Amino acid sequence: MATHSIDAKGLQCPAPIMRLFNWSKTAKPDDQVSITATDIGFLSDVKAWCQKTRNELVSLEEADGVITAHIRKGAA
Amino acid sequence: MADDKKTIIVFSGDLDRAMAALIIARGAAAMGNEVTLFFTFWGLNLLRKPAPASVKKPLLDALFGWMMPRGAGRAKLSKLHMGGLGTAMMQHVMKTKHVPSLPEMLQEAKEFGVKFIACTMSMDVMGIKAEELIDGLEYAGVATYLGHADDANLNLFI
Repeated sequence: MATHSIDAKGLQCPAPIMRLFNWSKTAKPDDQVSITATDIGFLSDVKAWCQKTRNELVSLEEADGVITAHIRKGAA
Repeated sequence: MADDKKTIIVFSGDLDRAMAALIIARGAAAMGNEVTLFFTFWGLNLLRKPAPASVKKPLLDALFGWMMPRGAGRAKLSKLHMGGLGTAMMQHVMKTKHVPSLPEMLQEAKEFGVKFIACTMSMDVMGIKAEELIDGLEYAGVATYLGHADDANLNLFI
């Protein structure tokens, strides 16, 4: 089980979810990723991405304009 | 889901409209969807190589080629182009705000497995040869597009 981190701060839609997709391609079930982004739409987009790609959104928070999401890779 | 499919008809060669198409296409690819872009009419110009290709053409075809923008890097805004000033301003703002340029968006879409189809009838009418277009395209007509659209749960005309 591996934990990765992605810094997507400053990137515009849909770049943060494109980074997540790249992570999910090589991640194994139960691997985790922590991603930070500043695109405020990501707050909603990351939920939709997790739901549609069947990954688990472990936590989601926003502080000082930075969104941090923890995601666990779902079963393939 | 991986079995979801999206199709977008890229009819417009305008910078703003093409951007919308490419943002949706890249987003859908990142959601795990199979995405097909069907480039037709003005949209075909987005696929042209920036450098002029040396292909022999009848005069009218050559004229069309000269009048239309060569490639996504030369696409103009549909509004506020202002002789190039507005488009240049928009490109500058996009760069400072970390939005990829239109040619970069096309490249990224390709790397994410988005399928590009060039409409062969439009190519013929506008006198555009395959040698003038970027690599990695499929060439097909409306039946191929319809086949993809039948399997898709979203189809846009932009």
